[in-house]
Amino acid sequence: MSMNLLRLFSGRKATAPVARERLQILLAHERGLRGQPDLLATLREEILAVVSRHIQLDPDKVTVKLDRGPAVSTLEVDIEVPNNFEKTKAHAERRAGAA
Amino acid sequence: MAKVLVVTSGKGGVGKTTSTAALGAALAQAGEKVVVIDFDVGLRNLDLVMGAERRVVFDLINVVQGVAKLQQALIRDKRLENLWLLPASQTRDKDALTDEGVGRVIAELRTKFDWILCDSPAGIERGAMLAMRYADEAVIVTNPEVSSVRDSDRIIGMLDSKTVKAEKGERVTKHILITRFDPARAARGEMLSIDDILEILATPLLGIIPESQDVLRASNVGSPVTLNNVASAPARAYTDAVRRLMGETVDMVVPTERRGFMNRLLGRRAA
Repeated sequence: MSMNLLRLFSGRKATAPVARERLQILLAHERGLRGQPDLLATLREEILAVVSRHIQLDPDKVTVKLDRGPAVSTLEVDIEVPNNFEKTKAHAERRAGAA
Repeated sequence: MAKVLVVTSGKGGVGKTTSTAALGAALAQAGEKVVVIDFDVGLRNLDLVMGAERRVVFDLINVVQGVAKLQQALIRDKRLENLWLLPASQTRDKDALTDEGVGRVIAELRTKFDWILCDSPAGIERGAMLAMRYADEAVIVTNPEVSSVRDSDRIIGMLDSKTVKAEKGERVTKHILITRFDPARAARGEMLSIDDILEILATPLLGIIPESQDVLRASNVGSPVTLNNVASAPARAYTDAVRRLMGETVDMVVPTERRGFMNRLLGRRAA
């Protein structure tokens, strides 16, 4: 009540409730991730390992992104492969065969 | 039995060093034998806030590496005979601190002091990890501001998982110390309230230190605020916090500046 009165006279909006709500949402999310190995880093590593068996890749050109939406989230995997990847694959196989 | 207490926060600039000096001095004033340790290797400041910057000869890293004995590195406070400082190194790299070395120093200090206060550096890197590593209790210094509260939450998670106590399945006793609090702004809804912070962090409150000009005044002259002006609002708040640390029940009030008659008449803030 006194807070509302003060606000009425000062003409400013209370921003603390916004801070509180933002923190509650953020921390609920961050606490969920805590203690687990980094999911995205693990996914990225394993995807890289699988694809690398068939195509020679630059590890820096593999990105894994997670976009959280209200109903569903999307996992976006972006892998840049060289244009001549068929050849590099054959090359990789030859190398593996020779070894 | 000796207690190891880490003063930590994650975020920088929230008042860890000020609080370490103030709590250490207030504990010593209450008759406890206290050592405050600066873990901020390369950016030491506890010596400056305590007014001992010209008396540093050896430091924590010298002791950890066996270059100096503990007795050679400990600096006795000139005002309180049962308050001591173990400074950080200003020139060495923080990697010079080892888990095992810090453990040895803390174990030796436990035999000599009632309270061992570890002033943590900001961040979550090696220095901050080692400052909390051997703690029995933790004071998490938090400002009523979103980034500080978020970082405090992260630090609480680390206290519950990365400390020796946590690894043994025990718990570090955690306390929130809210600093730079402005009751008027909180009442106007412009600042997170005490209840907001405590609800979000779900950790008990040790004390509320009001925003005050006395804090800067004390650090200017190298004196813990609890020594520099015992009657000031922050000094009374820190002293209450220390009584709670020692197990007393003290009503939680935010001390306010005492305004003189002339100041009140002129509507000025107490200087």
